[in-house]
Amino acid sequence: MPAIVLSPSLAAVTVCVYGFIAYTAILSFTGSKMFARFDFVGWRQYERLFENPRWITAIENMAIFGGLYIIGATCLGLFIAILIDQKIRLEGVFRAVFLYPMALSFVVTGVIWQWLLNPGLGLEHMMRSLGWESFTFQWLIEPERAIYTIVIAGVWQVTGFVMALFLAGLRGIDTEILRAARVDGAPIHKVYTRIIIPALRPAFLTVFVIEAHLAIKSYDLVVALTKGGPGVSTELPSTFMYSMTFTRNELGVGAASATVMLVSLASIIIPYLYSELRNDRHA
Amino acid sequence: MTAMLESSSAAAANRPGSIRWSKQFGRVFVYGCLALLALVFLAPLLSMLLTSLKSMDEIRAGNLLSLPSTPTFAAWANVWGASCIGVTCGGLKGYFGNSFLIVVPATFISVALGAFNGYVFAQWRFRGDNLIFGLILFGCFIPFQIVLIPMAGLLGKLGLAGTIPGLILVHVVYGICFTTMFFRNYFITVPAEIFKAARVDGAGFWAIFFRILLPISWPIVMVSIIWQFTGVWNDFLFGVSFAAGTNQPVTVALNNLVNTSTGTKAYNEDMAAAMIAALPTILIYVAAGRYFLRGLMAGAVKG
Amino acid sequence: MANLAINHVTKSFGSLAVLNDINIAIEDGEFLVLVGPSGCGKSTLLSIIAGLDEHTSGSITIDGDPVDGLEPKERDIAMVFQSYALYPAMSVEQNIGFSLEMSKMPKAQRLERVSKVADLLQITHLLKRKPGQLSGGQRQRVAMGRALVREPKIFLFDEPLSNLDAKLRVEMRTEIKKLHQRLGATIVYVTHDQIEAMTMATRIAVMKDGILQQFGTPEDIYDRPKNVFVATFMGSPAMNLLPATVVGETLSLKGADAVLPVPASVVAPLTEGREVLLGLRPEWLSLASAGSPSGPSLPLLVEVIEPTGPDVFAALRAGEREIMARLPTGTPVAPGQKASFAIDLSKAILFDAASGVAL
Ligand SMILES: Nc1ncnc2c1ncn2[C@@H]1O[C@H](COP(=O)(O)OP(=O)(O)OP(=O)(O)O)[C@@H](O)[C@H]1O
Ligand SMILES: [Mg+2]
Repeated sequence: MPAIVLSPSLAAVTVCVYGFIAYTAILSFTGSKMFARFDFVGWRQYERLFENPRWITAIENMAIFGGLYIIGATCLGLFIAILIDQKIRLEGVFRAVFLYPMALSFVVTGVIWQWLLNPGLGLEHMMRSLGWESFTFQWLIEPERAIYTIVIAGVWQVTGFVMALFLAGLRGIDTEILRAARVDGAPIHKVYTRIIIPALRPAFLTVFVIEAHLAIKSYDLVVALTKGGPGVSTELPSTFMYSMTFTRNELGVGAASATVMLVSLASIIIPYLYSELRNDRHA
Repeated sequence: MTAMLESSSAAAANRPGSIRWSKQFGRVFVYGCLALLALVFLAPLLSMLLTSLKSMDEIRAGNLLSLPSTPTFAAWANVWGASCIGVTCGGLKGYFGNSFLIVVPATFISVALGAFNGYVFAQWRFRGDNLIFGLILFGCFIPFQIVLIPMAGLLGKLGLAGTIPGLILVHVVYGICFTTMFFRNYFITVPAEIFKAARVDGAGFWAIFFRILLPISWPIVMVSIIWQFTGVWNDFLFGVSFAAGTNQPVTVALNNLVNTSTGTKAYNEDMAAAMIAALPTILIYVAAGRYFLRGLMAGAVKG
Repeated sequence: MANLAINHVTKSFGSLAVLNDINIAIEDGEFLVLVGPSGCGKSTLLSIIAGLDEHTSGSITIDGDPVDGLEPKERDIAMVFQSYALYPAMSVEQNIGFSLEMSKMPKAQRLERVSKVADLLQITHLLKRKPGQLSGGQRQRVAMGRALVREPKIFLFDEPLSNLDAKLRVEMRTEIKKLHQRLGATIVYVTHDQIEAMTMATRIAVMKDGILQQFGTPEDIYDRPKNVFVATFMGSPAMNLLPATVVGETLSLKGADAVLPVPASVVAPLTEGREVLLGLRPEWLSLASAGSPSGPSLPLLVEVIEPTGPDVFAALRAGEREIMARLPTGTPVAPGQKASFAIDLSKAILFDAASGVAL
């Protein structure tokens, strides 16, 4: 009976995860254009991929976006978590306020921030109407800056979750150790830098993996906020893959880019899952 | 949400050792920072709501956070029933309904299958069970770009391309990875002796599941339902890839409405549409924030 | 009610041998206690009897019929677990009646059986409660009720009392014993508490590292242990073991500069110079009084005395050796005192020093 119960799901996962991964990987070595064809061309599609300036832009953007997104959300989330851990009143209210963006879809987030940052009536308009006449904020339409608007929206959305992960880590620290440190006369900033933050190592790891995962998968946010533009200035690997595959009729290149995305994500996720599972089964 | 509040303040009160920045300055700093940050985090939602209640003239006259002098639901009514999305002009309501048609069965099926699978993984030993579980777990984390091309082909072969049942199938397949993990991690905390006792008492596979396990599983059932509901509702990639025309979910329709409209931008309508698309998940968050958070944490594998 | 035979049962998890050729047979109505240190395989053996685990080789018969390969429910056994394993979502009544429900007994009959058992265990007032609303002792009773209601051929208990506090444990011990006498049931009972084993059993099986060390009545085990492990595992304070060398008809105690005759119980011929261990239970020592000078005795230094109420435990010293004695309260001994202690050699046991086997 256990086998019978498991088998439909196993079949689905085998086909739709591993079978499809294999299919896409194989496709990336073919010359497929509009339709899948199995004429193998070796690494040709990968060469074309990395010769494509759009893909290079996408990778650069990924580095900027991923780096700033991870650093920004980690620092802000940790900061808020530490503030909330100071035995404050209304803790639940604060936590709820910081976490709610996580319940929104990326599309909604993108649409909101498109409004907030729009150069005509958004933040710039508000600041000017409040008396700061020279205030300009046009990142959304500046090719050089548009990628940062995605960072802002992304950080806004994920910070509450990061905070919750850190808060759980902080609450898990043995209070005896903190008391001992106080008895030993350690000043407060030392307690944080020497005891608490090192003790949060597992939380940092989890946070990093989650953020990296979200960053690499990011698609909806870019589509809704900038449509990848202006021009291709906010192209990310995910948007590149989509347009190659579904609008440019370059299945082979699309498959190659998807494979690159999978490999980079897997190199983060697999070691993490492995270590989590190994410590997991207590019996 | 009240429960979330209670449990957290209780947790705080139970921590005699947590370090405070003593002195008044410290408290002022802490509350000052928190209040400021809370405002920054709330402002987008507030602005969205306020803007959706204004007319375009008022939007031009005011600013992001100015109150509407005469709140109007005109924008809401328009995007709900009349706005043109693509070539059809029936507003969001049809797409909103599509999302429900997708979410409800996708959630129900994936949670049920996840519960069965989790039960098998937690309580029945077989060779390679941990490896198989690991493989399923990995399925939670793949970038879905890797499956888009073959999935489109499969849906085509099944005759489900562009349809709502097709999208349900996709969401079920990738949802069971998560629900299986949730249930398995919950069920391994049930003492093995309870299963042994049940076997001695003559209970079979299904009797153990339905009579003994399920009645104590409602917290994880809630977590899984909320996780799947919000996940499927908020999905965009599968929706835009596999649903066609009037079968699209509301997220795709929202994006089309906002990003393909011609002429001047009607921000009030954009915001009203975003509010409509966000409302179900916001309501769930408000009603069951505790389970929402538990799902997120469990989704981070730990827990 | 039934007899039970365990024949050459062996169990390994992969390459790890957990049970090694176990042979035990008990009659209808006996109370078998499996005892041994943690990890020795007691629970594994019980699970194999229950059918929850499969053995690697050997066979098990209940009432003369082999049950190998049968599901637990087909073996007509009932089991009580250490953690009680009550079903959290069911009321006490449903918990007790669950097995009957699974065997499709009509509801009226089921409720009657449940209420009879609840009466017997005095838990009728708890029937509507959930396990979460019960105290430890009450849960224990419910777990017993769940087993009793089935009227099985054999009851299996896996350390059922180890989660109770000391006082309740003694009470429940008596109660289980009473139940056994009243029902005449066949019981297999696992514990690592040697007092439980001695007080409840009609048969004891002492195990260590998956090997059956000795199987016999409590008296056998206590008075005639087959090896050093059984001798020291059963009894508290533990049996004294004094290294000695055979010199003619006497034993020369090493490190104590003393000589005792070879105990009468020893039948095996002893070669001169053989290294042995003399086993003395603490209660086989007594203060030698002037009135009864007969029998061997040792001059010993009293180091510590520990009154326990009815008895006094005295730590005595002879040269390098420490000897525990259990003396009746009121025995005139004080720390620092030197005295002569009589030794009841009629019961004393000699073990081979190298193998630990009784001679
Ligand atoms: N599923 C298993 N896989 C591998 N080894 C196991 C398994 N179950 C038990 N063992 C091993 O078998 C041995 C006997 O275990 P068992 O639970 O029978 O001990 P026990 O005598 O009941 O101990 P305790 O008094 O602690 O309950 C132990 O060394 C244990 O580690
Ligand atoms: Mg055990």
